Amino acid sequence: MDLRGKRAYADTGFRWVAIVAASLVLLILGAIAVSMTARSWPVLGRMGLDFFTSRRWSPADKLYGALPFIWGTLYTAAIAVAISVPISLGVAMFVTQIAPRKWRMPIIYVLDLLAVVPSVVFGLWGVMVLSQHFGLGRSFLTAGIILAVMITPIITSLAREVIETTPQNEKEAALALGATKWEMIKGAVWPHSKGGLVGAVMLGLGRAMGETIAVALVIGSSLGQITLHALQPGNSMPAVIANEWGEADDLHKSALIALAVTLFVITIVVNLAANGIVQRSIKRSRGK
Amino acid sequence: MKIWLALCSVALITSCKSKDRPTDQPAGGSSAPMVTGGDKAAEGGTINGSGSTFQKQFQEAAIEAFGKTSKVKVNYGGGGSGKGRQDFADMVTDYGCTDAPYKDEDKAKVKGGEFVYVPVLLGAITVSYNVDGVDKLQLSADTIAKIFDREIKKWNDPAIAADNPGAKLPDTDITVAHRADGSGTTEQFTKYLVAASPAWKLKSGATVEWPADTQAGQGNGGVAQIIKSTKGAIGYVDLPDAKGTGLHYASIKNQAGKYIEPSSDSASAAGEGVEVKDDLTFVAVNAKGDAAYPITAPSWCMSYTKPAKNAAAVKAYFKFMVGDGQKQLKDLDFAPLPKSLQDKAAAVVDKIQG
Repeated sequence: MDLRGKRAYADTGFRWVAIVAASLVLLILGAIAVSMTARSWPVLGRMGLDFFTSRRWSPADKLYGALPFIWGTLYTAAIAVAISVPISLGVAMFVTQIAPRKWRMPIIYVLDLLAVVPSVVFGLWGVMVLSQHFGLGRSFLTAGIILAVMITPIITSLAREVIETTPQNEKEAALALGATKWEMIKGAVWPHSKGGLVGAVMLGLGRAMGETIAVALVIGSSLGQITLHALQPGNSMPAVIANEWGEADDLHKSALIALAVTLFVITIVVNLAANGIVQRSIKRSRGK
Repeated sequence: MKIWLALCSVALITSCKSKDRPTDQPAGGSSAPMVTGGDKAAEGGTINGSGSTFQKQFQEAAIEAFGKTSKVKVNYGGGGSGKGRQDFADMVTDYGCTDAPYKDEDKAKVKGGEFVYVPVLLGAITVSYNVDGVDKLQLSADTIAKIFDREIKKWNDPAIAADNPGAKLPDTDITVAHRADGSGTTEQFTKYLVAASPAWKLKSGATVEWPADTQAGQGNGGVAQIIKSTKGAIGYVDLPDAKGTGLHYASIKNQAGKYIEPSSDSASAAGEGVEVKDDLTFVAVNAKGDAAYPITAPSWCMSYTKPAKNAAAVKAYFKFMVGDGQKQLKDLDFAPLPKSLQDKAAAVVDKIQG
């Protein structure tokens, strides 16, 4: 009786701690959204939908159109993912399925080290090596390559963990049926980890869209650029915020906060979409 | 385990936190919380300032020289004019430095009561370029305006040739370099174009709506780097950075019709010709005078007339900046204030109650 009472007490306590923690996260997220939107209102009220569709960003004329920066953010992130996904998935497959056991840990160490290099280091490397030495200039492509280098360790590390969750018996069953290594990966590993891999890629995408300093250094900071031409200089939302905040007047600051809100919303949408895809694929693989 | 320790010590600069790392890593691997000594130390003889990066080199030199004559310790954080004005208005700092005075609507936000602008220096902003075979270049305001809004795209354009009789100009494409970050240098440069050329349409501000086919660099150093590494490039860079990077820079046509090379002397000469308002703010671009370099920018430091703390220390440092400190400016490729302005500045410093 006594013991049970204590346990019930601990149960309620734990329950409340968990509830408070969970709601605190939502509360903070909500508070950020509300206060940021409120502070961006002077510009959103003034520009209306033009803020998202206009190409002109001119503090002197009090005109703020964010479309080129939204484009730049999405385009550089897309380049980064396009470069990074084949490499990351390839490395993850290699490490988990193909590499001899003694090679695995060194490869993993190196990749994890890549993940802890501060982004400004990548940025400076991009300026000195990619744009000057290789003559890529400051452009969407340079930014995309830098971002690819930055998100590859993240995607690889997640992908590796997802792939490793494939039950050993399924893999062995496939091999026992006479499958080659490739057929085993295709038939046992891939269906099992597809959802998780999409999730890993989406997380990389989120990181790529939010990256600030490295991109600000190499993207070229040019205004009004909406083009698929990857060697043109452009601009992205976080880079604009970092570059222009220091000397901005009140309305200009409000416009920069509106950019931050836009980025926030886009990131949430990407993550929700990722979540949706992952859930659906989990359901499907269970149904099979 | 050995490998782990080695790797962790390699990664110490960042911190080892990948989750499959051992938890028993040496204590040095976790970053100790930084001790912030700012507000405590301020009670003694320490004053803190922030703001203009344009005059940061002067602040550093002045602080060092001042430290030899006084026990007061001065810290200058830089961060840009906008930050300087904001920090000073919020009374986060004891003094603030800025290349542009407060706008009228922002004056109400200055929390510490009455304050003074003290001009401390003048500086030339160069129009630097990188063209093979062109060691000397002369430019008028209209030509600069047309180059920077991309109306003129070749170095052998008739407008540039007209400014440079007899010069051999190549058929090279012009690359325009400007600041990526919001900047007082951009503001002063465009203020000059607004004042001196009806051809300039992009207005003036810390951030300008530059044409898309231009290049941007971070800070004066970033722009200088683009010019240095790009054939046919032109951009605006402050004189110390232009000299430090080894760039060529143009002589600019002033109001009197003379082409003047940017230098400490020609920037001081621009200071002679300005109209100074009662609060000691003034516009230095496009100044009168035969020897005046037209793209000259002033920079101020601000103090409250009744500083909430460290009043004596602030006053002593301001006295030094407009007094002995002026002697250092020439070596730094800035320009000292002309005598008339220096006297006015000293009189204003006397108003600080310390």
